[in-house]
Amino acid sequence: MAVYLTRRLVFAVLLIFIVSSASLVLTRLAPGDFAMVTLGVDARPELLEQTRARYGLDRSIAAQYRDWLSHAVRLDFGQSMQHGVPVAGLVAGAAANTAILAVTALSAATLIGLPLGIIAGSKGGTAASHAIRAISIVALSTPSLLTSLILLVVAARTGWFPVGDMRSAGVSTTTDLLWHLVLPATALALPIAAMFERLQAQAMSEAIAQPFVLAAVGRGVPRSRVVWRGALKAALRPTMAIYGLVIGALLSGSFAVEAVTSWPGLGQLMLNALRARDIYLVAGCAAAGSMFLAVGTLLSDVALAVVDPRARE
Amino acid sequence: MRASKVGLVLLACAVAGAAAAPMVAPHTPDQQYRALLDAPPTVPHVIDDDGAWHAPFIHPWVLANRLEQTFNQDRSTRVPLAWFSGGTLVRSTDDERAPLMLLGTDSFGRDVFSRLLYGARTSLGLAALAALAALAIGAVVGGIAGYAGGIVDDVLMRASEFVLVLPAIYVVLALRAVLPLVLSATQVFLLLVIIFGVVGAPLVARGVRGIVRSERGLEYAIAARSLGASHSRLLLRHLLPATSGFLVVQCTLLVPAFIVAEATLSYVGLGFPDPIASWGQMLHDASNVRALADFPWLLSPAVAIFVVVLALNLLLQDRRAAARYTGPM
Repeated sequence: MAVYLTRRLVFAVLLIFIVSSASLVLTRLAPGDFAMVTLGVDARPELLEQTRARYGLDRSIAAQYRDWLSHAVRLDFGQSMQHGVPVAGLVAGAAANTAILAVTALSAATLIGLPLGIIAGSKGGTAASHAIRAISIVALSTPSLLTSLILLVVAARTGWFPVGDMRSAGVSTTTDLLWHLVLPATALALPIAAMFERLQAQAMSEAIAQPFVLAAVGRGVPRSRVVWRGALKAALRPTMAIYGLVIGALLSGSFAVEAVTSWPGLGQLMLNALRARDIYLVAGCAAAGSMFLAVGTLLSDVALAVVDPRARE
Repeated sequence: MRASKVGLVLLACAVAGAAAAPMVAPHTPDQQYRALLDAPPTVPHVIDDDGAWHAPFIHPWVLANRLEQTFNQDRSTRVPLAWFSGGTLVRSTDDERAPLMLLGTDSFGRDVFSRLLYGARTSLGLAALAALAALAIGAVVGGIAGYAGGIVDDVLMRASEFVLVLPAIYVVLALRAVLPLVLSATQVFLLLVIIFGVVGAPLVARGVRGIVRSERGLEYAIAARSLGASHSRLLLRHLLPATSGFLVVQCTLLVPAFIVAEATLSYVGLGFPDPIASWGQMLHDASNVRALADFPWLLSPAVAIFVVVLALNLLLQDRRAAARYTGPM
């Protein structure tokens, strides 16, 4: 297990390094640079040159990359050209905001999806299981982009929820944050909850058909106990295995939700950085994005090892 | 089997609407009515206010407040609909002043319904082509990896795993954003097909590799090889057809993902340029809260996306159930 974890960690670090390097070089190679974007195409040439020199954009790509790398290994990821502050702080703030949204949505999806899946899977053929399945298929077909747009219309028309952003101006209470969180988290959680429900229901209906369940029922163990203790343990594996992939879906979904509800997360920061050709910030955001995925897959593998001893080998 | 039939019908409607767009849409996607910016839908009626029956007609909209962009219905005027005239299925007889706008107009005064139909061509066409590209790349890479084994397998699978663990939306975003922003619609279309295809391929490749690996050792494959079938013949004629069921399921998963990806990219302004109608581009037009609340018909592409994704999910449900009962797994 220790060897396995170390190998995974090395791979994650390598991944983050490659992703941030590639995005830095790509953005640098892209047509247009920060000076051009901020000053406009028809700015005076000497002003453009001056700005380029100030941000080191007049050097060759290789020189600039070497410089960035030598700082990055010392955990100094450079200054954002747009904001004039260190990239690390900006990215950490935005990543935390995305994490708040993603973790809330993931917890909500798990808390709603798994129990419903267990019920639907263990009571196959009943009205309840059909109803749950129908709702799930509909929820599965509403991508977060659409749900957040529709919820935004509802919020704008009724005034029940704040439209957009993360906090009200000048307020920094947790209640206010939660209030703003409801809408984007719902939009993000809905399709994922539906996916969990479908997977869990399928795994559960397969587990229920196993001989050990019949044996337990035959011994007189109450049905609910068999379902929620015995069969559930056997049926958790497929859902746990999908968590790693869900992190990817969560990041993609959260990008759309952030764009619609103007949640100040990583996706928004990355989009603006790409538009402004703010190369160091792009590299920082890409690194944070791949770190999310690396940590997510690692955690899901650990969770899988906990539920399924066979996966530990 | 009922669910999949419903899905098939919904999907057929969407594809037919897209294919027949020039014949069904009352207007071209870029035709502007400057007097009708953000006008509500003109609902066809058959009964007038006095209770008398007529052939289907509409009431024209009259601008009530230019600042608020509100319209009043001119209920005294009846504009009958003309069928099979002007090259379309149905249109208003007075197309200049009282056009038929089944789903209202957008902020440029363009017919949302017509744009929805033309947009289906862009969005569905892009998603379908990109899914085909992803399947083709995935089948080739996975097939070669699974068939060759050894170091080729290792290299190809490590590469796919690498793409697989990248945050997909960030990759698409970065690739699109670093390319020139101003491109023609065809260039954007091809570009997105390639980007989506490459990002979507690894998952397909992994599945195909697994199937080819296990099929390679089965009797029919060994028999074909002993009869002297070449590597390419064995792979193309015997092993890859075994993956067709898997590929169909992957296709129904990839198409909705790509529809949503196009919508997301266009929504943030990195998709198709403005006069081109695509579902995401149309949602971009609805991207401020006031527009959403006051002109809800701008959200009709969202409904279209929902319907198509639902149709594909319904198709997939039964296929999954069928695979569970008859398949070996």
